[in-house]
Amino acid sequence: MSRRVADAFARAAQEHRAALIGYLPAGFPTPELSVRLFTAMVDAGVDIIEVGLPYSDPLMDGPVIQQAVNQALDAGTTPDVVLDIVRQITLAGATAVVMTYWNPIERYGVEEFAARLEAAGGTGVIAPDLTPEESGDWAAACDRHGVDRIFLVAPSSTQERIASIVAVTSGFVYAASTMGVTGMRTSVSSGAEGLVARTRAATGLPIAVGLGVSTREQAAEVAAYADGVIVGSAFVRCVLDATDDQAAIAAVSALARELSAGVRR
Amino acid sequence: MSTGHYGPYGGRFVPEALTAALDELDAAFRASIIDDAFIAELRDLEHNYTGRPNPLTYARRFSEHCGGARVYLKREDLNHTGSHKINNVLGQALLTRRMGKQRVIAETGAGQHGVATATAAALFGLECTVYMGHEDTRRQALNVARMKLLGAEVVPVTAGSQTLKDAINEAMRDWVTTVDRTHYVLGTVTGPAPFPELVRYFHSVIGREAREQILAAEGRLPDAVAACVGGGSNAMGLFSGFIDDPAVQLRGYEAGGHGVATGRHSARFEGGSPGVLHGARTYVMQDEWGQTLPSHSISAGLDYPGVGPEHAWLHDTGRAVYESVTDAEAMEAFALLSRTEGIIPAIETAHGLAGAMRLGRELGPDAVIIVNLSGRGDKDVATAARWFGIDLGATVSSELAPELTEGR
Repeated sequence: MSRRVADAFARAAQEHRAALIGYLPAGFPTPELSVRLFTAMVDAGVDIIEVGLPYSDPLMDGPVIQQAVNQALDAGTTPDVVLDIVRQITLAGATAVVMTYWNPIERYGVEEFAARLEAAGGTGVIAPDLTPEESGDWAAACDRHGVDRIFLVAPSSTQERIASIVAVTSGFVYAASTMGVTGMRTSVSSGAEGLVARTRAATGLPIAVGLGVSTREQAAEVAAYADGVIVGSAFVRCVLDATDDQAAIAAVSALARELSAGVRR
Repeated sequence: MSTGHYGPYGGRFVPEALTAALDELDAAFRASIIDDAFIAELRDLEHNYTGRPNPLTYARRFSEHCGGARVYLKREDLNHTGSHKINNVLGQALLTRRMGKQRVIAETGAGQHGVATATAAALFGLECTVYMGHEDTRRQALNVARMKLLGAEVVPVTAGSQTLKDAINEAMRDWVTTVDRTHYVLGTVTGPAPFPELVRYFHSVIGREAREQILAAEGRLPDAVAACVGGGSNAMGLFSGFIDDPAVQLRGYEAGGHGVATGRHSARFEGGSPGVLHGARTYVMQDEWGQTLPSHSISAGLDYPGVGPEHAWLHDTGRAVYESVTDAEAMEAFALLSRTEGIIPAIETAHGLAGAMRLGRELGPDAVIIVNLSGRGDKDVATAARWFGIDLGATVSSELAPELTEGR
């Protein structure tokens, strides 16, 4: 079975549903447990795993993910540990993309990171603070190593801007549902549907919506107009609230099953 | 330089949600600086509110400790609010009004930029929220009180190292959420384009005045101009007046903390490497994996692991030279200026003064040096008293000087 994100979206489309994309920081709360958590997400119906590379200054993240990232860093999660986690979960059947702020990749070396990610079986990278204008070397490295470069569009993006973003994007487009940082919200911003429509006018790539999606109902609502539903903070919350490892795995599995039912409407 | 690059440095590394706001700011900035009415209003504020032009003071007695070189002080400490920060803030307040936004936010380290922003917000009738590391709210309690008196909300940031870096993270999080009605008054020449260029522009008045004043006083250009470098706005302001004069050396002094070898410092050039932080590529204190390292300095305003991208380029091209000054050297210069000139400088500024002492000995007795006296030391009295073992007894309340009673 191919592990490209495009194939994950294609399989979901064949089943007339949206793809479910689940995020956790790698190495949270420890590298060992995070592999089991990712695997549990896959087993419970998550189509694409967003493996977070912990960074010291996560300025797009709200308090829930900040806390998790700090735990992962304290647990010694370096980029090499993240790549090893990608390797393990890919072997276990996951389609994995890495979510990271830009500096760790710049420091690692764009060519080196793309090559190591390819070797680990990872299929793409989401770097929310990398703009298309600054992505020349990275795009070339991704092309050499078959790594998808996934960029974000936002409610404030102009139509012209969306066109320039999707032009350098591969795999899927990440539509940020709201102006804000990551975190659970009581409702998904009404602007998300319009943003997806505007993005669809500019590209044939799948479009997934993230920021603020945490429940089955919200997943179903987003799945009605988007090709993918991205959930992060709600998974992190499950782990933060769990009393022990087994409870964390059980809570993450239960949430994944709920959301998986949601994207099937 | 419309893409905001300085060689490989600068640029924009921000979430897409901020792109539209940065484009809007860029457009407002470029339209303003060719708008006679905008410039007239800015000049009026500089003159009648800030108190510009401020003097260029010949520091006769201090110069005797600088190898005999003639040292002049550009008196930004005499500006309203007590530092150079007001120059940038008034310019950005005018831009905020032009963009039709009602709220400003700012980060602050030493509190000088926060105070300046709160001041401008009061003057322009804008809502104001200032993010400040919890650690810094303790070090600079007096400035917290000033901001509150001016009507600003001060949010202590308890994440990470609880200093300037974390305050910027939190301000960025606020901005991305409220950007439709909020302008982020970034306080130094760092961050995503157009901030480095824009902040330099509003501080270029420092260099412009200093250039005229030294020509009047000495009949020639100085051999060197010197300034402390945290983010680097006071330095860029002074440097900008002399950058096209190749004979004038540009010297920046960053915080060496306990010494670069100890790891407890804020010396980005001596102890850092190129990376991306807070929206720009520049020199960053980081580990081998690109994680930001904690910085240290006795001065909250220099306690930052990044530096303005134009400084990074001036460093690489050799146009400017950067050295580090330890906490101890800075405090020695702090005491010396106080006792020789009757001017108590900010501890940030004292790093530039320590640099000038070194530079004077290097350049010799015929040299003319301008140091940017970027801020006054009122806010640092408690820290300095502790450093020098001055017993304040019951004359300073524990609330305003917590470190005197609690220690750190």
